[in-house]
Order: sequence, then C-alpha cells, then structure tokens
Amino acid sequence: MIVKRIVRWFDERLGAARFVRTALNKVFPDHWSFMLGELALYCFVILILTGIYLTFFFTPGTKEVVYNGSYAPLKGVSMSQAYESVLRISFDVRAGLVMRQIHHWSALIFVGAIIAHLMRIFFTGAFRRPRELNWIIGVTLLLLAIANGFTGYSLPDDQLSGTGLRIAYSVVISVPVVGVWSAFLIFGGEFPGNEVLTRFFVIHILIVPAAIAVLLGAHLALLVRQKHTQFRGPSRKERNVVGARLWPTFTAKTLGLFFFVFAACAALGGLAQINPVWIWGPFQPAAVSAGSQPDWYVGWLEGSLRLLPGWELRAFGHEVPNPFFSGVLLPGITFMLLYAWPFLESRFTKENREEHHLLDRPRDRPVRTAIGVAALAFYAVLFIAGGNDVLAARFNVSVNFVTNVLRVSLFVVPVVAGVLTYRLCKELAARSPTAGEPEASPGAELISRTEDGGFVEVEEPARTP
Amino acid sequence: MSDNDDVQERKATSRTALAFGVTALASIGLAVTYFVLGGQEQLEGVLLALALGGLGFGFVEVAKHLLPQGPYVEEREALPSSDEDTAAFAADFERGEGWLSRRGFLLKMLGLAAGALGVAALFPIRSLGPSPGQSLFRTKWRRGSLVVDEQGEPVGIDTLDVGGAITVFPQGHLEVEDSQTILIRLSRADVVTRPGRELWGPEGYVGFSKVCTHAGCPVGLYQQQFKRLLCPCHQSTFTVADGAQPVFGPATRSLPQLPLMVDEEGMLRARSDYTEPVGPGFWDRGT
Repeated sequence: MIVKRIVRWFDERLGAARFVRTALNKVFPDHWSFMLGELALYCFVILILTGIYLTFFFTPGTKEVVYNGSYAPLKGVSMSQAYESVLRISFDVRAGLVMRQIHHWSALIFVGAIIAHLMRIFFTGAFRRPRELNWIIGVTLLLLAIANGFTGYSLPDDQLSGTGLRIAYSVVISVPVVGVWSAFLIFGGEFPGNEVLTRFFVIHILIVPAAIAVLLGAHLALLVRQKHTQFRGPSRKERNVVGARLWPTFTAKTLGLFFFVFAACAALGGLAQINPVWIWGPFQPAAVSAGSQPDWYVGWLEGSLRLLPGWELRAFGHEVPNPFFSGVLLPGITFMLLYAWPFLESRFTKENREEHHLLDRPRDRPVRTAIGVAALAFYAVLFIAGGNDVLAARFNVSVNFVTNVLRVSLFVVPVVAGVLTYRLCKELAARSPTAGEPEASPGAELISRTEDGGFVEVEEPARTP
Repeated sequence: MSDNDDVQERKATSRTALAFGVTALASIGLAVTYFVLGGQEQLEGVLLALALGGLGFGFVEVAKHLLPQGPYVEEREALPSSDEDTAAFAADFERGEGWLSRRGFLLKMLGLAAGALGVAALFPIRSLGPSPGQSLFRTKWRRGSLVVDEQGEPVGIDTLDVGGAITVFPQGHLEVEDSQTILIRLSRADVVTRPGRELWGPEGYVGFSKVCTHAGCPVGLYQQQFKRLLCPCHQSTFTVADGAQPVFGPATRSLPQLPLMVDEEGMLRARSDYTEPVGPGFWDRGT
C-alpha cells in the first residue's frame, strides 16, 4: 500500500498521524452562511494567482515614456511607465487583460465576502467568548483587504487612480501635527511624489498580502482550536459540533465552492469590462471628470467626504481641516467600534462568564440586530452619497438637492431602520413557537459512524436545557 | 443500499463525469484560443469559467451524492486547561521570572540597549522623503511669470472672450500640480473685487488656484451661466465673481486668487506667487 508507506515515512519523522487524523475528522456545520468566510479565502487565492501573473509584466515607474503599443487612440501620448505597462498587459500580453480583469473582480468580491462574513458573525453572536481574538483578527483582515484594494487601484496611474491618490494625500496632510510630514514620507515629497507608485507596489504585492496570509493562518488555526459554532437544532449542543467531516465530504464541497467562485470571477473577468484604464487616460494633475467613483468598498469614505458640510476647526494659528473628520475620524471610529464590539456588548449582557458555541438567531437579539441594521443603513447612505453626482444626473435633479437629502437621510434612515428592525425581531420572536429555545423535533435521531465503519445511534434528548 | 439509492448514485456519477468532461473540453478550447486565435479575452473568460465550473459542479455532485453525508458529531472538549496545568505553567514561569528579577540591573541595561537600538532603527524612516519646508506654502508662480495655456502658448488679453475659461500654468512649469490655475474672463462689470485685490484682475481676467481647498482635486467645471466653479470630486462650489468663495459642499476656504497683470505686449503675467497656500488645509497652514 503506497499510502501506508508514505504515511509511515512522514510519521516516523514528524509523528503527525494522530494530529492529522483528528484534522481529517474535523466537523464543519452544514449551513450556507458558513461559506462566506470560505468565499473570501478563495478570492484571496485567486488574487494571489492572478496577481503573481500581473507582477511579471507591471512596472511601477513614474518615468515618462511615449506610448507605442497597439492601442491606437493613445499612440504617441506621453505617460508614466506604470500606465504604459498596464496598457501593455491589457492589449499586448496574450491573456493579460483577462487576468487583470479577473484580478479586479475577485478583489471586489473579496472585500464583499469579508463584509458578508463579518455580518454573519455579528448578527449570530459568533464573536462572543471564546472567539473575541478571532473577531479582532477578522476585523484586521478587513482593514488589510481594503488597504490592499486601494493600493492596487492606485497602481495603474490612470486618471481615476491619480485622483484617488490626490484625495488620499489631502486626507493624510489633514492629520493634526504629523500629517504633512507623514504625507511627504509616504509620497516621497509633495504630491504627486516620485516614490509613491514604487512604494504602493511593494505594499500591494508583498507587505499586505504577507500580513493577510499570516493572519489568515492564525484565523484558521483559532477556528480549528476552538471548533466551529453552530445554529441550534436537534442534538446540537454547546458541547458538540454537528455536520460534515473535513475528509472527504467537506473537502469535496469546499473544492466545489472554490472552483465555482473561480469560475464566476473568470466569467466576469472575460465578459464584464472593469476599470478600462485606456478610456480614463494617463494621470494628468489638472484633469478630472465628474462621475469619478472609487471601487465600491471605498465608497462610504468618498460619500462622507461629499456629505460633510464645510466645517473645520481653527484655533491658536492651527487648524484641523475638513477632510480629517470624514477621511480619518470616521473610519477611525468605525474600526474602533468594530474592534471593541465584543467587549462593549459583553459589558451589557454579562455573557462573557461562559463560552458560547451555539449561535443566536438574529430575532432573539433584537437590540444587537437593530444596532447592526442601523449601522449598515448609515454606511449604505454614505455609500450612496459617494455617487451623488451620478444620482443627480440620472434623476435629473441638482447635485445640491441630492446632497442635502442624503445629509438628512444619514441620520434619519439608520434610526428608522433600527426601530423597524427591533419591532420586526420582537414580532418574529413572539410568533415563533420555539422562541429563544432550541428547535423541538421529537424523534429526530442521529446516526454516527464509528471508527471501524459501523453505525451507532447517537441518543440525544430533543431539547437541550 | 436500496435500488433507488443505487440509481441516484449512478446518475450522480454520470453527471460528475460529464462535468469533468466539460472541463477537459473547455481546457482544450483555452489552448486553442491562446495558440490558434492569439488570445481573445471574452472567449478566454467563458472557457475558463466553463473549465472551472465543470470542476466545481463535479466536486459538489461528489460531495452531495457520492460521499458519506453524516451528520457527524464531534465532541467539543473544554477549552481552558485544567487547574493543575495552569498552576504548573504559572510555577514554571515564575521560576524563570525569579531568576530574571534577581538580576534587575542586567534587565535594566537590556531595556536601555533595546530602547536605544529601537530609536536608532527609526532614523532611516527620515530617508523616505524630503522635509516639507515651505513647499506647501509656495508654488512655481513668481513675480513676472508669463501665463501659458496647457500647450505652453502664452496668454494675452485677447485670448479669451468674456465667459471663457482655460487652465494655465507659469511658463516653464507645465503640468506642475500645485501651480495649475483656472483663468476666467468675466465682464468687468461682474467682478466684485475683494479689498486689496483691486489690481489683480486686469481686463476682467481672474485667476484662481485650480487645486480645490477641500481635498485637492482640480476644480475643473466652470458653470459659465452662474459664474461658479464646481469641483467634480466632492461638489464644492465657488462663486467666481467675488473671489471664489465656497457656497456649497465641504470646502471651507475660497480658492486662492493669483494676482495678475498685463505687460506692455498685452500678455498676462503674475504679479507674484499666490499670497496664501493653495490646496487643502493642514495643521500649520496658519489662518
């Protein structure tokens, strides 16, 4: 038996057979919402694969060159090496454009999957003890994903990415005391700076991906150590996990998911044009157009920059300019609250005295659910505000009107959404016959396979106390 | 296993085989697209999606119909270590800690060494960029700078009709970000000069920094009818006739005005650099 011999060879050197066997038998709950994290993981894999391919062709240089590639409208135009190399990838490298577009699409889905995963964890209370550490790692991963999205978006040095960098530079110099120095050190001087592309390239392809990989490892290691949470149900208890084993069923399932995600990204990358930088043109500092929107996950920051009226602080010959509040303070508070949430909540619920492995149904936690929905509504309004000019053009109203409506909505919509959610939760919980209790299903039986292949009935009370 | 299960299993097997077959065919298609057609991104995307989708479909079929379904139950052992283990850990740690605390002087020296090395290691950060110095307070405009358009052509008093607007730079500094200026010609009756700027707008020509005072985007949209400048990024709006004051959006400051004059040949020149920093605010800008 070749397998036995290989296993023995490794085990004699690592003594890992027992550990690996435990891992193979790890049980994964069968609920669709548990796929969201996997979705993010697989997007990361796709990003690495396509990203490596792109690095073989991309040049992060600011030196001016004259374009002489096969895209006729830009022939003879002077542009940076970076932009020229993106045009080369798009038009002259065979399979280059599809790789670039798959990369961009999977980046958009990556951040989306992380946020959806975060919402699952939040609304079901999966962050509670003992999983606070993994919540912190997860929020950091979201931060890193957004950072890597932004640095990647900046690299092609087209008109849109240059505008994004210009705004980012203004946000950095708005920071009190250290802002200007920080901006000069990051950009290598006053905007546009000669070094920023080289630096963002290293950050984008090495520093942040490495940090994501390490934290992902820790995220998964903690998951294995602490085991999965699960929804309530017959025979599902705080002291067990019910579902499919890693080997072979879950492996096949999750490989299926991986290939489906990759297939979807490939279809999008081939059929749905994204970030056609040749239309935006090379970055020129004096040019910009209306309808300049960032990638979707930066939309809330763009919206906050647009919605905040002209307020700023000036005193004692110093000032804290307007972009600080919308570009630094708002995301700062957002992520502080995200990091702090498990600890904030347990201060009120006192639930951190024991471990929680069974998930909440959102309706059974009306306050948390209402706060979560209100927060989502707040960021949704900001996101919409990031496209206020597009909305104004589409509905043929003035951009001032749209902005003013959204300024009011930013406070009204979350309150309304929160109150409605609270009422809805209460209503649903009251109607549910098993309100707050594990689902009763008398007679449900569970068969478990023993190590030697036999089957035993797992006797379970239908309810857990 | 009942016959029905058997049929199900056979069906799932053939579906899986079919899916893997699709993958193989699509992969051949990819090779053909690459070598024979010389690449075609829509086709590449579709074929790659088919190839990967075939694998995905196959694996899901296998997982759902051909592999043991469970559910399996895994017991969850308690996470915290036993009291004895915790106590033993604490004892081991304290033994080492005791050794250390008896050598307090060494520890302090180690702290000093690590701190000093840490601070020394920070210095190379300084190499990342030049000192900001006065660079945010000055642009390339100087007394007498010739005003040129984006092609480098000098601008004279006849270049623009009333209502016209172009982007200009100081001669020799085309495309320099902080020096971009929007030059607008108003009818002289429309200009409301601010005190001290009576001579800055000869022949109705007014020049304003094109760098938005909010977040630095080029304030590129001139609404001739309303004599307003609009920043397309965040919609800060400035009224041109009375010194580009902000009237809507997040900007708090007027766009700085470039003092202009007309030389003997009828060409526009700057009287001086901007008299205040252009662009977004910062801590030390001064009010």
